Amino acid sequence: MPVATGEHLYGMVIDVDKCTGCGACSVACMSENNIGTLPDETDKIRSITWLRVYQIDNGRPYPDTEVAFFPRPCMHCGGSWGGFFQQDADPEGHHTPCVSVCPATATDYDDETGIVSQIPTRCIGCRYCVAACPYHARYFNWYDVPWPGGLEQSLSPYVAPRMRGVVEKCTFCYHRYQQARDKEFAGGEFGEMDYQTACTEACPSGAITFGDLNNPEHQVSKLLRQRHKHAFRLLERLGTNPKVYYMTKREWVRKRADNYLPGEKIHRFAVGS
Amino acid sequence: MSALDDSRFWPEGVKRCSPERFGLWMLCCGALLAWALLSAFLCLYKGLNQTAMNDYFAFGVWIVVDLAIIALGAGAFFTGFLTYLLRTDELKNIINAAVIIGFICYSGAILMLGIDIGQPIRGWFGFWHANVHSMLTEVMFCITTYLIVLIIEFVPLILENRQINKIPEFNVFAHHLHRIMIVFAGTGTFLSFFHQGSLGGMYGVLYARPFAFREGFMIWPWTFFLFILSAIASGPSFTTLIVMLTEKVSGRRLTSHKVKMLMAKISGGLLTFYVLLKLADTYYWAQVTSAKAGVPFSFFYSDGPYGIWILILEIVVGGIIPAAMLLAPMVRKRYGLLALAMVLNCFGAVMNRFVMTIQTLAIPVLPFEKFIGYLPTWQEWGIAAGVVGYGFIIYSLAYRYLPVFPQEPELNKG
Amino acid sequence: MLPFAFEWHWDVGHIVFMGLFYLALMVITTGLNYALLASMKDLAIGKTYSHDHGHDHEDQAEAEATAEA
Repeated sequence: MPVATGEHLYGMVIDVDKCTGCGACSVACMSENNIGTLPDETDKIRSITWLRVYQIDNGRPYPDTEVAFFPRPCMHCGGSWGGFFQQDADPEGHHTPCVSVCPATATDYDDETGIVSQIPTRCIGCRYCVAACPYHARYFNWYDVPWPGGLEQSLSPYVAPRMRGVVEKCTFCYHRYQQARDKEFAGGEFGEMDYQTACTEACPSGAITFGDLNNPEHQVSKLLRQRHKHAFRLLERLGTNPKVYYMTKREWVRKRADNYLPGEKIHRFAVGS
Repeated sequence: MSALDDSRFWPEGVKRCSPERFGLWMLCCGALLAWALLSAFLCLYKGLNQTAMNDYFAFGVWIVVDLAIIALGAGAFFTGFLTYLLRTDELKNIINAAVIIGFICYSGAILMLGIDIGQPIRGWFGFWHANVHSMLTEVMFCITTYLIVLIIEFVPLILENRQINKIPEFNVFAHHLHRIMIVFAGTGTFLSFFHQGSLGGMYGVLYARPFAFREGFMIWPWTFFLFILSAIASGPSFTTLIVMLTEKVSGRRLTSHKVKMLMAKISGGLLTFYVLLKLADTYYWAQVTSAKAGVPFSFFYSDGPYGIWILILEIVVGGIIPAAMLLAPMVRKRYGLLALAMVLNCFGAVMNRFVMTIQTLAIPVLPFEKFIGYLPTWQEWGIAAGVVGYGFIIYSLAYRYLPVFPQEPELNKG
Repeated sequence: MLPFAFEWHWDVGHIVFMGLFYLALMVITTGLNYALLASMKDLAIGKTYSHDHGHDHEDQAEAEATAEA
């Protein structure tokens, strides 16, 4: 059973109040991870966007309309056995929803880092994980991605491009973690800034913070401690135990993050120890 | 006598239609196969973008058909269980047909899956890199092993072709396989129990998709048991329906009505049990399980085309009504009513598989996602049609040349 | 899939799952082997059987066995 007992627990804090919906994070992710544009991009439903920016609004007419954006990477769900917040651990807990269902172990939960890996060369393309993920964080290659007119020269050598018929998703830029580890092994330091995801670096408003949730010195941990009242996760009550936390001062945004029965109060959990 | 007389290959004591007519029928089935081959080529060559599936509808009509035919093909294992393990001798008169139908259903499902997965050549990874905690792994292992069992059950029937049986090697091998058939029937029952259940388990474990998720007993969600029940309830009905269809087409009686009534009674009893449990499960899921996820029951039926009518269609039209009909002796005695009850029974099983697949995927989980629609492309229908055509061909060849129905000579004398 | 292959763990899940799987395979293989050996034995002495369409093998088999020259 995957339980976060490792040294690290990499996660993200996204400040929804700072996000402008510019999409730089999404573009940076595509560039970093060799995600191509499809032969037919008119129908977005098959577009591959490891990090996708959702736009929501409060449903009120002008002049009371308010808009917010949810950048949604893979949540790297830990499942609810021994989650980050021990008081959330559910005795009837579950595994990471996508990891437990893969028949070929093409995706796995890494106890050391808390990252859910994806092995495209092992994936048989059954798409069970795509069906299991409630966040639609997983994408199937319905097409062979073309790299026309010499575009393959822009590919990053650190991330393998995927052929059609396999599933892919956000890896929290795991190749950068490996590069940081290599540097550490060669005698260097492995500080907070040595492993940052491409989306975090690209965000112009600093809405995305990435780091080790287990390390109290990392910015992600500090943010969660300081602003625990504003923190929440998407679909919290399902018990997926995601590692991407959102923050907002706006109650209506918070309400759009989960499902509630009519008349039910918003679930608030106690963040931090 | 036609120039292409193949009557020496027919079973003892029966008549079949002319070879020309049969050839024409084979051509029609061949047309379906040709459609399938074209579709398969396109899907394998160009990729699964040839279908209407997308990242919201990761599963489509193929998975629904796979699940449906595996459920309906459960007549093979359950009739085998009753015949060989529980010694229900009456069913010896229909077990061969059940085995053939089972073989068609399982081999057809596996062929279809070969097109459905994105990397068919890597299909064996599910065995080599098996994740023992996944329900789908369990399904893969069991349906392939069970197909082996079905082949072993089918082989003696082929070897009993009048001409083939004259060859001593085939004669004795078929005989000895028959003698130990209980071993294979038992193994088949064991394997089928697990994979029919795991197919249900596949949906029930999706705790992040409130429409599909069910609580359960230890690692097995309630859908595990419900799928087994609906399979063994509808399987015998499907087998009997195919036999009745063959009777109508050939104009010959193939089994006594007593056999059909027994299959109906078995179906009816199991279907009743299933419906009761299904109603209880649906109630609990609606009131408790999906409420825990914050999703009211009405939400599942509020958007898109799937209103509460679909639930009524599945459980009432496809469950309660055929259960009541099949249990009524008056219905069982009448050929037409029996057939209708069995059609509704099978329809209910298919509806259940459809709902668990398509409706699950259509309904959004994130509050800011929308309900999604899906309509298969002609390539998808082509593969489905191919399975049907393939089934017709195998079944027709078996009916023409193999001693499938022991009662046929007796029932059609004079 | 196999104990010596990569990824195998001797945990409850693997033992139960693979144990049952190999048990099923063994039963099937044993059954097939038995049928094959019994057939070879019969062929060696030139024994064949006449069948009716049912599966009344136990009583019928020995009684109706015919020998071919």
